[in-house]
Amino acid sequence: MIIHSIFFYFFSIIAIFSSLMVITSRNTINSVFFLILDFISVGCLFIMVGAEFLGMIILIVYVGAVAVLFLFVVMMLNVAEQKNSWFTGKETKHIHSGLIVGNLVLLELLVVVGGWKYKDDLMSSSTLVLSNTSNTHQLGLVMYTDYILYFQLAGIILLLSMIGAILLTFRERVGVKRQSYINQISRNPSSAIELKDVESNKGVKIDD
Amino acid sequence: MLEYIQILGQEIYRILFLLVPILVSVAMIVWLDRRVWGLVQKRRGPNVVGPFGLFQTLADALKYIFKEIIIPASANKVVFILAPIITMTLALVAWAVIPMSEELVLSDINVGILYLFAVSSLGVYGIIMGGWASNSKYPFLGAIRSAAQMVSYEVSIGIIIINVLLCVGSLNLKDIVIAQNDLWFVIPLFPMFVVFFISALAETNRPPFDLPEAEAELVAGYQTEYSGMMYAMFWLGEYANILLMCAMGSILFLGGWLPIIDIYPLNLVPSPIWMILKILFLFFLFALIKAIVPRYRYDQLMKLGWKIFLPFSLIYLVLTASFLFYFDKLPKGNF
Repeated sequence: MIIHSIFFYFFSIIAIFSSLMVITSRNTINSVFFLILDFISVGCLFIMVGAEFLGMIILIVYVGAVAVLFLFVVMMLNVAEQKNSWFTGKETKHIHSGLIVGNLVLLELLVVVGGWKYKDDLMSSSTLVLSNTSNTHQLGLVMYTDYILYFQLAGIILLLSMIGAILLTFRERVGVKRQSYINQISRNPSSAIELKDVESNKGVKIDD
Repeated sequence: MLEYIQILGQEIYRILFLLVPILVSVAMIVWLDRRVWGLVQKRRGPNVVGPFGLFQTLADALKYIFKEIIIPASANKVVFILAPIITMTLALVAWAVIPMSEELVLSDINVGILYLFAVSSLGVYGIIMGGWASNSKYPFLGAIRSAAQMVSYEVSIGIIIINVLLCVGSLNLKDIVIAQNDLWFVIPLFPMFVVFFISALAETNRPPFDLPEAEAELVAGYQTEYSGMMYAMFWLGEYANILLMCAMGSILFLGGWLPIIDIYPLNLVPSPIWMILKILFLFFLFALIKAIVPRYRYDQLMKLGWKIFLPFSLIYLVLTASFLFYFDKLPKGNF
């Protein structure tokens, strides 16, 4: 058990330290790297409590896809040095909105944690049996039976956000010639080449 | 306390027993790659150093070790040095879960295939960090290309893995191999095998998808500013990743350590030999494709990933699921 707690404290100290570094680091790129470190150590904590499926999903989804896109955007925008950090004492105008959002998130967390003991009244799970099966099986058993509505709802929210993102960036361009593989492959010499006798000093009109 | 030290020693011994053969085989595989490439083009390939040129890679590695490591003055030094280390480490840690036979596996975890998928999706960090930290145009363009490419093709690899998992009913790599005892998944899921193979080419930045390092456009892509041992680490990591993808393909589709048919002379051959033969077969295909296929254009690459592979593997997933459901062949898990 000693080894277990040593590893637990190791990962949790790294998680807390890196999450602090995310918001205090001056260099935006370093912030993203610390965010990745934070995700990884939280994933390790999940694995340590036996939720290996969730830990791996955190690694795949957050570290493997979301954080890559973060890093991508930050590198592309080239906003390396953050001059107006709030701890340097200078006034910024983002601090108010940041405080409001932060307080809302804190409030939501308090509601969720406070309502934990009433969760049996809100939603009941019938099929969850604690046995020796792996937690992937147990997650599947509960997620597709008792929580199927919430699962579908999450899917619809993701779909909506995807449609919104596409709609925001979509613009129809006119006059763009598109490459069509079928047209290219189905061309043959008889349809692509036309031989003409050109009279001297007359020339020939080429359409298109 | 002494007990812990003993466990630690045993584990280190087992890890070394896994890592040293992998590093040696990576060196051999580089030689094989160049030989196959040469033979396709009617050249001899490396054949001077040692018997059949087998020690060519060792000679190259020695050369890299004694070369100077140059760090550009405007580079971000920490990230610049970290990038090849991350590439190499990620390529090697994934081997911990690869089963070479029923007993011969370093760590037999419940979510083995997810672990493999996670580690291979982290591989993009080495490239993107190296490209950014070089603080130079070509490496940065290469890194951006590579990140977009790897994220795109991971999606279809993930769906292919779900296809296989539907037939197995477990995330454990051993269970996946044992489930293929009667029929390798390459037969019912052949289209998925083809898509997996092409996606693996894109995931490891191999030709015809080697746009991140397209020498005609980007010098050498993200590796442009690297020299000496750091370049060699990128290079080793890349080949270890290719081997890993071959191992993943042979576990998912070619029945891992199982013999071709379970009859008398064939099932006497030890299981690791079968596994190695299958990995080598897939790698031979990788090497052949490098020699015979021209490079894709970038928009064609993206179109292939998102508009062809992703819908196709999704449709095949629905087909597989419906087939298994209606013929009542869904795997019954042990719970």
